[in-house]
Amino acid sequence: MKIVVCLKQTFDTEAKIQLDPSGKISNENVQYIINPYDEFAVEEALRIKERLGQGEVVAVSIGGAKTEEALRQALAMGADRAVLLQDAAFEGGDWHTAAVILAQAIRGMEFDLILGGQVAIDDGAAQVTTRLAEILDLPQVNVVTKLDVDGRKVVAQREGDGATEVVEVALPAVITAQKGLNEPRYPTLKGIMQAKKKELKILGMADLGLDPTSVGSAGARTRVQSYALPPARKEGKIIGGELPGTAAELVRLLREEAKVI
Amino acid sequence: MLSFQLSREQEALRALARDFAKKEVRPVAAHYDRTGEVPWPVIRKAWEVGLLNIQVPEEFGGGGQGVLASCLMAEELAAGCAGISASIMINDLACYPIVAAGTPEQKERWLRPVCRDMRMACFCVTEPGVGSDVASMDTTARREGDCYILNGTKHFISNASIADYFVVFASTGRGLGHRGITAFVVERDAPGLTIGKKEDKMGQRAADTAAVMLEDVPVPVHNRLGEEGEGFKLIMGTFDRSRPGVAAAAVGVAREAMEQAVQYARTRKQFGAPIINHQAIMFMLADMQKDIDAARLLAWRAAWLADRGERNSREAAMAKAFAADTAMRVTTEAVQIFGGYGYSREYPVEKLMRDAKLLQIYEGTSQIQRLLIGKTLL
Ligand SMILES: Cc1cc2nc3c(=O)[nH]c(=O)nc-3n(C[C@H](O)[C@H](O)[C@H](O)COP(=O)(O)OP(=O)(O)OC[C@H]3O[C@@H](n4cnc5c(N)ncnc54)[C@H](O)[C@@H]3O)c2cc1C
Repeated sequence: MKIVVCLKQTFDTEAKIQLDPSGKISNENVQYIINPYDEFAVEEALRIKERLGQGEVVAVSIGGAKTEEALRQALAMGADRAVLLQDAAFEGGDWHTAAVILAQAIRGMEFDLILGGQVAIDDGAAQVTTRLAEILDLPQVNVVTKLDVDGRKVVAQREGDGATEVVEVALPAVITAQKGLNEPRYPTLKGIMQAKKKELKILGMADLGLDPTSVGSAGARTRVQSYALPPARKEGKIIGGELPGTAAELVRLLREEAKVI
Repeated sequence: MLSFQLSREQEALRALARDFAKKEVRPVAAHYDRTGEVPWPVIRKAWEVGLLNIQVPEEFGGGGQGVLASCLMAEELAAGCAGISASIMINDLACYPIVAAGTPEQKERWLRPVCRDMRMACFCVTEPGVGSDVASMDTTARREGDCYILNGTKHFISNASIADYFVVFASTGRGLGHRGITAFVVERDAPGLTIGKKEDKMGQRAADTAAVMLEDVPVPVHNRLGEEGEGFKLIMGTFDRSRPGVAAAAVGVAREAMEQAVQYARTRKQFGAPIINHQAIMFMLADMQKDIDAARLLAWRAAWLADRGERNSREAAMAKAFAADTAMRVTTEAVQIFGGYGYSREYPVEKLMRDAKLLQIYEGTSQIQRLLIGKTLL
């Protein structure tokens, strides 16, 4: 079984989001991680390979030199090889162009299954893998919490409102991981050292044979007008005293200050 | 050329240690601090991911890492809990004399099980009457045929209660001073070896500390590390490698205290402003930041020298003293910034202050480090 895992490098979950003087999101003093949902995808790919006792796990990411760290981590966890899609022309792109680039790269590979995270924690868009599946014309199951794979098909579980949905699709297919699918392993020290010797291929526009108008800002379907931080939350108010006076005061404040009733 | 660029593998190791500290160490730090239990589940997990024995050569199943890598790990783990970090780091400390002076057969006999079967080792120098003045130790090793007979008491030995192998230093030539000290590996089941009661400590309570009593313990000659009289050199060589790591652990403790203090100072308001805006507090934090960075650089330099095979005794002493003293000051001021809450056990900074104190004492006190540095100026 050949499995491709799409992963994105994101800010650490604890990173403080700030804007730089030009109004863009600042990456100063920021630690980077593999998007946690994508890490579930890496782990699942490794478990599938281990369960079947054969196969290949290829980690793929779009990004710059820094993104190599995320791919190396996937290699240290146990992925067999990695592909970094890197080109200055990719800059200024959006979820659509990311899907275009990934699709082009993955078309050139042999694969039975594509795994990704259900959403990236930075932009929270949940767009790329969905678009990828559409471009490649593959069935997709998203937000999956349990996955069973046999040679020809997968059975995936998704948690709905008060019920569990069980979906069966034929391979090849695209599956996105939700929290609960598994508990990712640590990349061991041994894995880190072995990762040094694994293949990490860097592919750009020319290698992929991409049309320049289809990527970067030229190919983007969305444009960012500006970034703004959420307004600082006003301090809460604690109403002191005894019932029923406090209740009356609460009603008064809700009516006169908050104007919600 | 000067470069602060870590290799990709070092960056990855640091990220692993940070993640491990966040998920496995920090959440249980308060528990082990309160109970003083041995943090077995954490030690086992560290072993599984390869964070135990990282300095033991790869050919015996260790991590094959150098001193700098060990510093990167120590800073992250100690930021989670200095006691748990120490429990993990002791194996490397105790194994170093075996790595440095052991024959291939001895390495196979002890390093292999340490790495493969998670056997624990401890490093036994200090005695009830002998601390800083290591050369005057009272424990004796008397040769009798194929054995040495060991007698004496080792005191304040980290991981003694849980150790399988005891790297014991004893005098084979009373009156020879430091030239009479010899190293041995004593196995736990050796007749006459007993473990004293666990110390009830002020800080780093997750780390086990106990005495080791040796009463007519027969130790085969083939358990001797190196030649007779080479022990003192081995102790000092071990400290040259371990002190940068202790310095890095001190950086971790200080960094954690500073981060807690910064966060608190941003949100705590007095006199109408977050206290971080009061310059006295801001300057305290600024001093923390600069001293922590300076301490880290000293530790890295001492480690870098060791990894290049160069002599680093003075640099290791400077790093250890500066970083430990910095950790003590930073944690004390962090408590100050937290005010009354800092003194409460419900907040995490008082533990950091208790943990920091030990960094100024073990592996050579801050005074002894100054003695080492000062002697190079005479
Ligand atoms: C929790 C813990 C764990 C430890 N783990 C280990 C271990 O695993 N293995 C091991 O062998 N030891 C271990 N030790 C022992 C530790 O290394 C010693 O405590 C330390 O070296 C100091 O020795 P001492 O306690 O006998 O103090 P002393 O040497 O009696 O010193 C007392 C005071 O006098 C000062 N002093 C001494 N001589 C001088 C001098 N010439 N000039 C100026 N000041 C001086 C010291 O700095 C100190 O302030 C541990 C200790 C503790 C508390």
